[in-house]
Amino acid sequence: MINQGKKRDVWTTITLGILIIYGLVLIYPLFILFKESFVSGDRGTFSLEHFYKFFEKKYYYGALFNSLKVTVAVTISTVILATPLAYIMTTFKIKGKLFLQILILISSMAPPFIGAYSWILLMGRNGVVTNFMKDIFHINTPDIYGFTGILLVLTLQLTPLVYMYLMGALKGVDSSLLEAAESMGYTGINKMLRVVLPLIVPTLLAGSLLVFMRALADFGTPMLIGEGFKTMPVLIFNEFISEMGGDDGFAAAISVIVVVLALFVFLVQKYISNRKSFSMNALRPIKAKQEKGFKNVLAHIYVYGFIGLAILPQVYVIYTAFLKTSGRIFVKGYSLDSFRVAFDRAGDALVNTFTLGLIALFFVVLIAILIGYVTVRRRNILTNGLDIMSMVPYIVPGSVLGIALLLGFNNKPLMLSGTATIIIIAFVIRRLPYTIRSSAAIIHQINPSIEEASASLGASNLKTFFKVTLPMMLPGVISGAILSWVTIISELSTSILLYTAHTKTMTISIYTEVIRGNYGIAAALATILIFITIISLLIFFKLTGRKEVSL
Amino acid sequence: MSIAIHFTDVIKKYGDTTVIPGLSLKIKKGEFFTLLGPSGCGKTTLLRMVAGFNSIEGGEIHFDDKVVNELAPQHRNIGMVFQNYAIFPHMTVKQNVAFGLKNKKLPKDEIEKRVDDILEVVQISQFKDTLPENLSGGQQQRIALARAIVIEPDVLLMDEPLSNLDAKLRVEMREAIKSIQRKVGITTIYVTHDQEEAMAVSDRIAVMKSGEIQQVGTPKEIYQRPENIFVASFIGRTNVLERQINRREDGSYRLHMDPSYHVSIKDIVWSKETNQETMMAKLSVRPEEFIIDDDESGMEGTILTSSFLGMNTHYLVELGDGEHVEIIQESILGDYLPAGTLVKLRIKKEKINVFDHNTERTMLGGRSK
Ligand SMILES: Nc1ncnc2c1ncn2[C@@H]1O[C@H](COP(=O)(O)OP(=O)(O)OP(=O)(O)O)[C@@H](O)[C@H]1O
Ligand SMILES: [Mg+2]
Repeated sequence: MINQGKKRDVWTTITLGILIIYGLVLIYPLFILFKESFVSGDRGTFSLEHFYKFFEKKYYYGALFNSLKVTVAVTISTVILATPLAYIMTTFKIKGKLFLQILILISSMAPPFIGAYSWILLMGRNGVVTNFMKDIFHINTPDIYGFTGILLVLTLQLTPLVYMYLMGALKGVDSSLLEAAESMGYTGINKMLRVVLPLIVPTLLAGSLLVFMRALADFGTPMLIGEGFKTMPVLIFNEFISEMGGDDGFAAAISVIVVVLALFVFLVQKYISNRKSFSMNALRPIKAKQEKGFKNVLAHIYVYGFIGLAILPQVYVIYTAFLKTSGRIFVKGYSLDSFRVAFDRAGDALVNTFTLGLIALFFVVLIAILIGYVTVRRRNILTNGLDIMSMVPYIVPGSVLGIALLLGFNNKPLMLSGTATIIIIAFVIRRLPYTIRSSAAIIHQINPSIEEASASLGASNLKTFFKVTLPMMLPGVISGAILSWVTIISELSTSILLYTAHTKTMTISIYTEVIRGNYGIAAALATILIFITIISLLIFFKLTGRKEVSL
Repeated sequence: MSIAIHFTDVIKKYGDTTVIPGLSLKIKKGEFFTLLGPSGCGKTTLLRMVAGFNSIEGGEIHFDDKVVNELAPQHRNIGMVFQNYAIFPHMTVKQNVAFGLKNKKLPKDEIEKRVDDILEVVQISQFKDTLPENLSGGQQQRIALARAIVIEPDVLLMDEPLSNLDAKLRVEMREAIKSIQRKVGITTIYVTHDQEEAMAVSDRIAVMKSGEIQQVGTPKEIYQRPENIFVASFIGRTNVLERQINRREDGSYRLHMDPSYHVSIKDIVWSKETNQETMMAKLSVRPEEFIIDDDESGMEGTILTSSFLGMNTHYLVELGDGEHVEIIQESILGDYLPAGTLVKLRIKKEKINVFDHNTERTMLGGRSK
């Protein structure tokens, strides 16, 4: 820490500046949202009528139960699926591991609603699998709509997140711990449950929290595949956008309920993991062993089975993009027509995705670097406040943020609704918590004495940052930026509320085409998006030389 | 360009814990000054206060006549060499060394020339355009040194610059550092906990303990005439013996080493408060300050172990009252004394040091130091 005696330097100004921006674009809209939820629609005075309304009708409070049911079920199933997956990938020699790792990442990076839509194509009322089973075997496949479908899609989508967290944690487990366990008679499943599992519990908790938040906030999946099974984000969206004139106050109240739930879960998780946290560092990380026979086969079946299932929806979407269509239905034969129409109809969306995405990315990276720097190198009340504030979006679902922004910026002088700016703001705010963490991690790895050396050579604090710290951070920043980019371009739940005809992005186009039943065009657009994602990820792997990603 | 540095009642606190309770010190212009002390005594803390990386909670630090307490590190015109080198990994050797000069906005050809000259001095010219990651520890340390002195700082600060190097390189580098410092004549503050290194490079040494200076002096003074027991035992090895001392009519003093062996010494400062003629003292007798002899006089002892180490032979001797002392003798041609041998020990009375039993401060005075 350079010159603690003189706390005021250029970084104080920067911290203050960012704090003010956060106050304006995040705290202020959330405050308005909060206020609206307590204001009567007719009289404009304080009232709890929206909350009464919510808890009176089953139609409304049912959504809360549905959300809880889905979220808890998804969190549990991802943990159950991801733990053996990570364990096997770490301790077993699996054929084609590298390739599998990339597939896992890709499957988790595409927008979840593409998965939902693909599963409808496969197993929906008129799905290929459904029809095949019915025609050939006369078997009725289980209904994919509703709870089952959401659970399936989100589980497959989010298991990789927990998996990636766990792979990181397992790297920290020293192989001597496993050897010690074996010498004491713990082998196989016993070893995993009694020795490995306790070591990775903190990581599991962190991963579960992320899954919980994602599942709670996900809008696209329940919207497409949920049908009658409404979750909170869907309810918020419907109430806000309702054809009969949305009810802002009511939507705000529902939003507040979701945020309170998220905050509660967040705090509980924090409390538990604070008491369970310890740090590990492996001198000799676990080495994958070549197993034989039954065990080996089983491990391969599990890994390939899961990854096959996880990547299936995207493969199928890509496949259907090349099918001939007649009107809205797929017919025999292949063609590029879907792509042609897609470019015609959604060329703008492609351009928007790149312009909005890249502008957002620029700010995400810039602000994340600055915040990461001040929170690591200039710890004080101000930067702690910034740290906490930047993490708020972690517990605020995208649709809630969307409504908050609309409510906050609907009037002059801050009339932003309908502009590209508001979408960029949303992208930036939503992505920042993750990018800040990764940039802080990078700064932690740079020895402070390098900056002190620079200062001792007469460089000002800003010069030190730009000439020394930033160049050293750059490789890590670039790879972090690619991941941010991939998540930004697949964002749906906020932009669906904020977009206009001029600011339509790829994800919104895909979504609207799916809703309209133009499956061919939707598939073509989704294929393009998936390819952008894959290419970005390949660049990421190339640049970092890594095979994994930590989020 | 070189300056004197004065510390007056300097205080350092981390939160509520005081690490340096009030330290005063004068470092002369152009001097190679070393802070030496056990781990955690506050050497790094003090050095970083000079650099401006640590705040100062009390007192003043002067560079010549200027108080620098509130001056940012950028404006102190210091050169600093870090324990972990802190080389900029994304810059070539040349860019690293030129970094500080560019901050001073010197003309290009001047920068070029000064960089070339200094690389010559530290002998790494051939790596000018390489990235530092491919260089060895010693080479990186030379870059760090060149980078620090090329800006012609008023003061050069080094915090254990050699501790990451292997033993042989350490000796080589410390010679290099010393000769370079001589050549450029910068006031230098050097931090180490390796006393041999401190002896080898320093003009003067400050021995520190718990944030307080125990003694300031030349390596020779500190070794031969330590101010207190701590310094005596921290610098080099020594045997501490508790013995009676009494004042005699003729103004000399008598040390009772053994019932049968007494030594008479001069130049003792007898504490004024004590009217007693006899008091207890602590003696510091270094292993080489014993003489083993089969003479009549001397303390009686039995050799417990003896080890031949080439130039010297080390003995561990048990004295009559069960005390153990370490002795080093120059090896002789014949057999060395085996364990179990009964010996008589005499001491080189001019060399030993005598300390007050209570204050542990030296009782020697007057005698030329
Ligand atoms: N940033 C800090 N916060 C609190 N205490 C500190 C801090 N830095 C150092 N200290 C404490 O100050 C004391 C002096 O530390 P310092 O690093 O100056 O010791 P040192 O003499 O350089 O030791 P070493 O030889 O191990 O490097 C130690 O007790 C240390 O724990
Ligand atoms: Mg130190």
